[in-house]
Amino acid sequence: MAEISLRDVRKSYSGLEVIHGVDLEIADGEFVVIVGPSGCGKSTLLRMVAGLEEITAGEIAIGGRVVNRLEPRERDIAMVFQNYALYPHMTVRENMAYGLRIAKLSKAEIEERVARSAKMLELGQLLDRKPRQLSGGQRQRVAMGRALVRNPAAFLLDEPLSNLDAKLRVQMRLQIKELQRTVRTTSIYVTHDQVEAMTLADRLVVMNAGVAEQIATPAEIYDRPATTFVAGFIGSPAMNMLPARGLGDALEVAGQRLAVPAPAGRDLILGIRPEHLHPAGPEEPGFELHVQAVEWLGADAFAHGSLADGTDLVLRTPGKAPVRERDRLKVAPDAAALHLFDAGTGRRL
Amino acid sequence: MHRAHFPHRLLPWLLVAPQLLISAVFFYWPAGQALWQSMLREDAFGLKSTFVGFANFRRVLSDPAWLNAIQVTAVFSLLTAFFSMAIALFLAVQAEKVVRGRAFYRTLMIWPYAVAPAIAGMLWLFMFNPSFGTLAWPLRQLGIRWDPLLDGEQAMTLVVAAASWKQISYNFLFFVAGLQAIPRSLLEAAAIDGASARRRFWTITFPLLAPTTFFLLVVNSVYALFDTFGIIHAVTGGGPGKSTETLVYKVYNDGFVNLRFGDSAAQSVILMGIVIALTAFQFKYIERKVHYG
Repeated sequence: MAEISLRDVRKSYSGLEVIHGVDLEIADGEFVVIVGPSGCGKSTLLRMVAGLEEITAGEIAIGGRVVNRLEPRERDIAMVFQNYALYPHMTVRENMAYGLRIAKLSKAEIEERVARSAKMLELGQLLDRKPRQLSGGQRQRVAMGRALVRNPAAFLLDEPLSNLDAKLRVQMRLQIKELQRTVRTTSIYVTHDQVEAMTLADRLVVMNAGVAEQIATPAEIYDRPATTFVAGFIGSPAMNMLPARGLGDALEVAGQRLAVPAPAGRDLILGIRPEHLHPAGPEEPGFELHVQAVEWLGADAFAHGSLADGTDLVLRTPGKAPVRERDRLKVAPDAAALHLFDAGTGRRL
Repeated sequence: MHRAHFPHRLLPWLLVAPQLLISAVFFYWPAGQALWQSMLREDAFGLKSTFVGFANFRRVLSDPAWLNAIQVTAVFSLLTAFFSMAIALFLAVQAEKVVRGRAFYRTLMIWPYAVAPAIAGMLWLFMFNPSFGTLAWPLRQLGIRWDPLLDGEQAMTLVVAAASWKQISYNFLFFVAGLQAIPRSLLEAAAIDGASARRRFWTITFPLLAPTTFFLLVVNSVYALFDTFGIIHAVTGGGPGKSTETLVYKVYNDGFVNLRFGDSAAQSVILMGIVIALTAFQFKYIERKVHYG
């Protein structure tokens, strides 16, 4: 068990910086998810913690010990890879025992630990099989088991579920969460899937282009996104972004005046989540939405359309609401759930 | 399997005919000739031959010179196969670690394969001939009594070195390809599991290379048994005495130098049997330990 801290961690490849100074403090037992689009540097960051990539600048400490110069094997971590990286010539049992044998544990101790982890992950029947005789989900569990038996200071998981089909992914997601709750080992989990990120994380790191845009709890990220990038990346469908202009005591957006105080004369972006729009009352100021497509999902439906000035807007309605294609309706935002960003910097006001 | 249908019954035969023809002309015919000849005895002037049944075989199998050749062949083949594979594997692993100029190193490593066996033999002869060899003098300066023309063991060392050197490039090529087929993440996982570089090699890389290693073992055994005639002929001519006379060299010596066609043919038939048996053995007992990904 250990806390992990990253202080101004940077990575350059032949002079080109790809990670621009990440600061992150992870508490003992915490489950942190790093999420971002592909190429944002999230896997590189994880591999730097693992010791598989060198750290160009900054400092990484695990359990209070700076590990910058340590080999992966000296860092007391376990990692689960996207392709599982199971040793194909070894049985499940040998795969799980590999690290323990190297650590020179006694035969009885190895046996006991493998049995315990196998039980937690329901691998008992599979111990004598080779990886190629296993299904994707079983391989994933073996990879988890191999990390678990070592009882390391931290788990590092690099997109562990992205090779599974949708149904299995949901199942494994729950299992991973439960497992982490049980063993309470500090974990860093990298994913590009926002649902995984939101559901698993104690705290979320949203990364974009080598920068940690926001580090906060899932609820805070959703309710108070720090930048337009975070606002657009988390939440599905994405938050509506409308160009707006501050008028001091009000806001001008798409030809409408909204009674929202905003700094006068500044170019802003108004963010409204699809669920924070509702059909406007007769006297209420709102936007005229020309519905172009409706996606019906059962419990609710998403109406995609555009405003008079051409801005796209998505509205979430209950599944039974009578919204049809080519409808014209007036919608108004929930005044309490608006997000204002500076148009230039993309930062939240 | 899907059964192919041809418009004409003759067409499939025509398609395989070139391959069959080549096998027939270059393998079945000479092999049949050897088999027939191994049961004949020719008179000293080559005027007539008599059918003698298995007499040639009996003589060959009880000939101390032939038994010596068996021993020489075993030593020579084992050493050549071992060193050419071990050194090639070492070089391939080192070449994997090179980041800059990897292609350049690889190309350099592959060049020796383009050298003909006899020329490779001459190269080594020029380097190590006791009277004019470039490296013979420094060896003697180091206090080694270097004289492969008299010392059988030194002669063996020299032909093994030349034959291994020639084959290293080929093995290197296959080992490089084999190493590239091992996913990096496996070695990373092992590194995180606590394995040192040496341990990663022996517990992950080496077992996963087994299909390549096994293939090369078969190829190198056959190479050492058959394809090294040119090198031995150029470097030692089977000498000194008979200390580097392998089975293939003896077949040549008895047949084409001593003109004892019956003996020579009987030896080549036995040799063919040995290679078939060896390959069958390798496939039956060693391949079992091979894990194909």
